[in-house]
Amino acid sequence: MAVMTRNETEALIQEVLEIYPEKAQKDRAKHLTTNDHEVEQSKKCITSNKKSLPGVMTIRGCAYAGSKGVVWGPIKDMIHISHGPVGCGQYSRAGRRNYYIGTTGVNTFVTMNFTSDFQEKDIVFGGDKKLAKLIDEVETLFPLNKGISVQSECPIGLIGDDIEAVSKKKSAEIGKTVVPVRCEGFRGVSQSLGHHIANDSIRDWVFKDGEGAKGTNYEPGPYDVSVIGDYNIGGDAWSSRILLEEMGLRVVAQWSGDGTLAELENTPRVKLNLLHCYRSMNYISRHMEEKYGIPWMEYNFFGPTKINESLRKIASFFDDKIKEGAERVIEKYKPEMDAIQEKYVPRLKGKRVMLFVGGLRPRHTIGAYEDLGMEVVGTGYEFGHNDDYDRTIKEMGNATLIYDDVTGYEFEEFAKRIKPDLIGSGIKEKYIFQKMGIPFRQMHSWDYSGPYHGYDGFAIFARDMDMTLNNPCWDQVTPPWNKPAEATTEAD
Amino acid sequence: MAIRQCAIYGKGGIGKSTTTQNLVAALAELKQKVMIVGCDPKADSTRLMLHAKAQNTIMHLAAEAGSVEDLELDDVLKMGYGDTKCVESGGPEPGVGCAGRGVITAINFLEEEGAYDDDLDFVFYDVLGDVVCGGFAMPIRENKAQEIYIVVSGEMMAMYAANNIAKGIVKYANSGGVRLGGLICNSRNTDREAELIEALAEKLGTHMVHFIPRDNAVQRAEIRRMTCIEYDPSAKQSDEYRALANKIISNDKLVIPTPITMDELEELLTEFGILEEEDESIVGQTAAQETLAV
Repeated sequence: MAVMTRNETEALIQEVLEIYPEKAQKDRAKHLTTNDHEVEQSKKCITSNKKSLPGVMTIRGCAYAGSKGVVWGPIKDMIHISHGPVGCGQYSRAGRRNYYIGTTGVNTFVTMNFTSDFQEKDIVFGGDKKLAKLIDEVETLFPLNKGISVQSECPIGLIGDDIEAVSKKKSAEIGKTVVPVRCEGFRGVSQSLGHHIANDSIRDWVFKDGEGAKGTNYEPGPYDVSVIGDYNIGGDAWSSRILLEEMGLRVVAQWSGDGTLAELENTPRVKLNLLHCYRSMNYISRHMEEKYGIPWMEYNFFGPTKINESLRKIASFFDDKIKEGAERVIEKYKPEMDAIQEKYVPRLKGKRVMLFVGGLRPRHTIGAYEDLGMEVVGTGYEFGHNDDYDRTIKEMGNATLIYDDVTGYEFEEFAKRIKPDLIGSGIKEKYIFQKMGIPFRQMHSWDYSGPYHGYDGFAIFARDMDMTLNNPCWDQVTPPWNKPAEATTEAD
Repeated sequence: MAIRQCAIYGKGGIGKSTTTQNLVAALAELKQKVMIVGCDPKADSTRLMLHAKAQNTIMHLAAEAGSVEDLELDDVLKMGYGDTKCVESGGPEPGVGCAGRGVITAINFLEEEGAYDDDLDFVFYDVLGDVVCGGFAMPIRENKAQEIYIVVSGEMMAMYAANNIAKGIVKYANSGGVRLGGLICNSRNTDREAELIEALAEKLGTHMVHFIPRDNAVQRAEIRRMTCIEYDPSAKQSDEYRALANKIISNDKLVIPTPITMDELEELLTEFGILEEEDESIVGQTAAQETLAV
């Protein structure tokens, strides 16, 4: 199918909305738009960060998911307690592929689940004593932990437990950082508020005076940077930091993939904060700018075009040594990147992609697809805000489709009409679209592959897209609705 | 005959627990089989029946045993005066946890364990003063208490509370079978008290079941952790509770109440001289402003 015109896209939105009752239609219409480069501010064309409609399938998570699952969970040398009933911790355990180096259960704990496993009696009598006991047990069993975070599940906020008081008391007793996080799942409309709450808890309970980690020998240097909003999924942060180091910078902290508490504590003394996932960590970046005068910049390490742009932009904050370093790095990887494009562009050219993901990927991966000759024809955010859409308008082609907090129904209908060659979204969407005969990549977990960041990541990204799209299996699939009628009867 | 399940509500401190236990003691005298379910974390709904400081509660025992599933009915059910079954739901200290959830858990436990024996004539739920959350409305949900009695006095705040409780009953009356059985006036010796409560009852579409005069015999019994009926069966006050018990046994006036507006309630209070005629000119005026105006 050829690229859709503005009128066609608008007509498609109207058609898909038709099935809704009037009130739902009115609400959902505000979340769907046809991209228009003329529009400066996305608030003129799309509404976001609003409560999902009851009765639709939404792809969103909760505040606890945003804090424990995204921001805090990857800090590897801390123990993150899922405070409340057992399910939240257990079903979010080790699901996000935040790679890290360390000995799990000894000095790192990312893939383990620590929970206070609330029972009726804890709800009725309060869980503060249990929390204090749990912290004591954690100290005994895992003495090499560097600190503890208390991730509140819903009941904590309902019964009014004073986790701040417990944290303060225990912190003084054990001489380590203990961070209470009020990320009860019912707060806010999606995981987005959980990111914000988690950022604020780092500000209030980790930074304190911003003087750096006690006991570390950190001497600030002129080329110190931190990587913020990279969760090291499939090793993304590793394939990013090597580029920064090759150009002469010193990466002092990773937030939070493969990160440590000391790295968080040292960050207020870096020269520049490099922000990848704007949505989940712009809050702390802004705070460090205001409080410590540290500038921050957004960068994009998906695909050589964006990487080259970003490296040059990063270098512009530093002296000629770093600027030369950036050019040297770009030059070094150019032959490899050229070879990848030479190999894959002929196989992928003109292929059309629809995306629906979380924090930064709905816009950041567009350049990487374009580097492979592909085009993103529809995109949207689970929990984006309008500042995300402001940034997206520029990245997407004119008259392409943009959908916020897309419903299961809308996503399927859009896919049926747009007939993309590839869809990139999450595990819940994967099998629906595969059964429709559409090649699919998981863009949260990289489909158990990755990394996709950096030049090394692009090589893997290109290979993965090719092997999915050009897999011969798609010719063998007959969706149920295309099967002959007799076959259905026989099956009955 | 089916068990009559009754819940006693009313403003905090009005004397719900004392009234309930004296009433139940009087019923027991009349050979009625009764169970009292205390639904207040303070757990003082059965002390006069058991001569105890406070009964071990379901929730405390459950916390000790691990969970409520580890308990047996015998652990929590105690026999009090006149073979009355006594049980307390229990709950946390003030300021922690969720007392409402404690009530829900406790009542579910009693049901599952078969505490609601067919031999029983009455179950009385003695509920914490204010219906602050869903947990404290648990006793009047479906298949629980069908009759509500509100303990009230001639004091203004007690009447406000009674009217608010009536509003709560309307909500559950429409979805289930709960009805208001009447007002029990626990006298505070205010002016024209019986008349006032009768007038309030009429406005709420119900009746005053009984007027219990104030009598120190109750307090004398209470310091001995006894009901008046048990401590001094011949006391005049004991007869009052017997009268109340008889009236409740024969009470068939169960209604969906008609709560009144704040204005109507204030009008009633004004009529009885409890509230001054409202003077709109003084609203929002500080003392200094008033002095100036004079």
